Amino acid sequence: MSTEQTVIGKSVEGRFGPYGGRYVPETLVYPHEELAAAYEKARNDAAFQHEFDQLLRDYAGRPTRLYFARRLTEKLGGARVYLKREDLLHTGAHKINNCLGQILLAKRLGKKRIIAETGAGQHGVATATVAALFGFECVVYMGAEDVERQSLNVARMRLLGAEVCSVSGGTRTLKDAINEAMRDWVTNCADTYYLLGSVLGAHPYPTMVRDFHACIGREARRQFMEAENGGLPLALFACVGGGSNAIGLFHEFLNDKEVALIGAEAGGRGTGLGEHAARFRGGSQGVLQGTFSYILQDEHGQICPTHSVSAGLDYPSIGPEHAFLHDLGRAEYVAVSDQEALEACQLLARTEGIISALESSHAVAEACRRVPGMPRDRAVIVNLSGRGDKDMGILQRELQL
Amino acid sequence: MSSVSGTSSKSSGVERLGAIFRSCREAKRCALIPFITAGDPSLEASLRIAQALEKAGADILELGIPFSDPVADGPVIQRASERALRQGVSLPDVLRLATEIRKTTRLGIVLFGYYNPILRYGLEKFAHDAAEAGADGVLVTDLIPEEAGEYRNVLRGAGLATVFLAAPTSPDVRLKAIAESSSGFIYTVSRTGVTGSRERVPVGARELVGRVRQFTKLPIALGFGISNAAHVNEVAEFADGAVVGTALVNAIDQAAREGEDSAVRAAGEFVAALRAEE
Repeated sequence: MSTEQTVIGKSVEGRFGPYGGRYVPETLVYPHEELAAAYEKARNDAAFQHEFDQLLRDYAGRPTRLYFARRLTEKLGGARVYLKREDLLHTGAHKINNCLGQILLAKRLGKKRIIAETGAGQHGVATATVAALFGFECVVYMGAEDVERQSLNVARMRLLGAEVCSVSGGTRTLKDAINEAMRDWVTNCADTYYLLGSVLGAHPYPTMVRDFHACIGREARRQFMEAENGGLPLALFACVGGGSNAIGLFHEFLNDKEVALIGAEAGGRGTGLGEHAARFRGGSQGVLQGTFSYILQDEHGQICPTHSVSAGLDYPSIGPEHAFLHDLGRAEYVAVSDQEALEACQLLARTEGIISALESSHAVAEACRRVPGMPRDRAVIVNLSGRGDKDMGILQRELQL
Repeated sequence: MSSVSGTSSKSSGVERLGAIFRSCREAKRCALIPFITAGDPSLEASLRIAQALEKAGADILELGIPFSDPVADGPVIQRASERALRQGVSLPDVLRLATEIRKTTRLGIVLFGYYNPILRYGLEKFAHDAAEAGADGVLVTDLIPEEAGEYRNVLRGAGLATVFLAAPTSPDVRLKAIAESSSGFIYTVSRTGVTGSRERVPVGARELVGRVRQFTKLPIALGFGISNAAHVNEVAEFADGAVVGTALVNAIDQAAREGEDSAVRAAGEFVAALRAEE
């Protein structure tokens, strides 16, 4: 592991500075190595890239639009706001990008049983979708608490033919779903592909998942320059659970030093441990679920419960590349509270007629906080990573609709 | 051997494990290595259980450090970990327990856990304190040789054995690296999967142990799914040690519902029965 060689945006042996790596039981090393080799081969294979691009275009609906939010901009009275409309993709969130890439790898590896974890259910739905598309068996692990609060997505997965396993151990959320998926994989790795849904886990997942989402930033950068006479945005905003939509947007802009990269973490309902999922506010370095990063833990290294109104951000660790970008000062991470996210969701709905997922609403909220202080002749991009249909139950309750 | 000073303990862990396996080999039996979760049902009970295990014929104790996210463990050991954590059992408590076990038994002691609590404690401090407590070795389930460079140096510097896992999925090139990184013994996992009891010893286990032997002269213990005397006798034909975890943890849990005395007695009886047919 030669961390000295690490440069921004490139991982050496799965390392981003000191972060990342491969902390897994020995049984899972070979499946990870096998996957890393298959991915390395695929990324240099024109036929693979062609098939992937074709699916992204014809099946998922890429490129997604970069939409100028005129009324929101007027309301905020500062920099112009553009929305990257990942919410318009098939299945309703950016997650499908990664799922299409990985299902192609599963096919190449000859593994026809697909397992996945899910928090909000978006990744579970996207996985169930691609498994159906390829005719593979699909098992999705989901925390019992998330099964309750995202019941619509549970039904979608079942309709798509997936088996949804409710995980009642631990904190009954995304973290525990990942534990259970890892236990399944360690048992069935010979014929099972683990389709991990974020830039988390052991190498090669953080690198591979990022690459499958990098189309978000590539499109956004080109679309923005077309719309803004070759200029670059002042800032990018994205929510960060594991951090896949954020890294997908940020990556293409890493070398554009003048573009601020801003990640919104779940500030939850308070600053005490257990009340939020803001890893850079209350977390410290540690190893969880295969990777070295920032995690929310107690003084003895036990992982802390987290809270967020959005299931997709309710996770105690963060992708290792974000940890590195944070330490370098290249990206900035801020905590957005449940309340602020709910208000931003409502504001966006009423100014633009767009109902954003509660995850993405965190990014919208941070943009709303900053944009009024930014010059009117500049512009920003907010990654609208998913749509809010799945959150209607929570919105109905929280906003008394 | 009475309590050892800081300096003379430098190589004692590796040596003590070596001596235990040697004496087992001379007695023509495999080392019996029970696993318990520290603090389940309580720290006091764990100490008494360790003492009962020694009396029942155990050679080495694997002492599990409870962790909130034990991805390599099946439901029985997950729940044991949760029970211990609910009582607030932490790594410093486990080290204190190891100290007491060392004072009152001659068991080999291998601390068994996940990496994060050890990282949080501090690698140098952990190695020092674990050696001081009288532990002989450490096995970290989610730490593979490639990520363990500093860990290995620090633990060896403190005289502790670094036990790594070998798995059915490990190709020969990895088995070689695992053998070179290990000291004390090598823990071979009998099958893919999490910890848990099984009807029989998996058919591939014998061959896997044979593959590991190509690369090492270290003793080889086999674990995962070994739960009765017949299993232990079978394992003794080709391995140097048999690890019994889930079945024992389950027996302790069942008995603990009747009180801690009952848990201690059940643990002793369970391990004595593993030796019964010899």
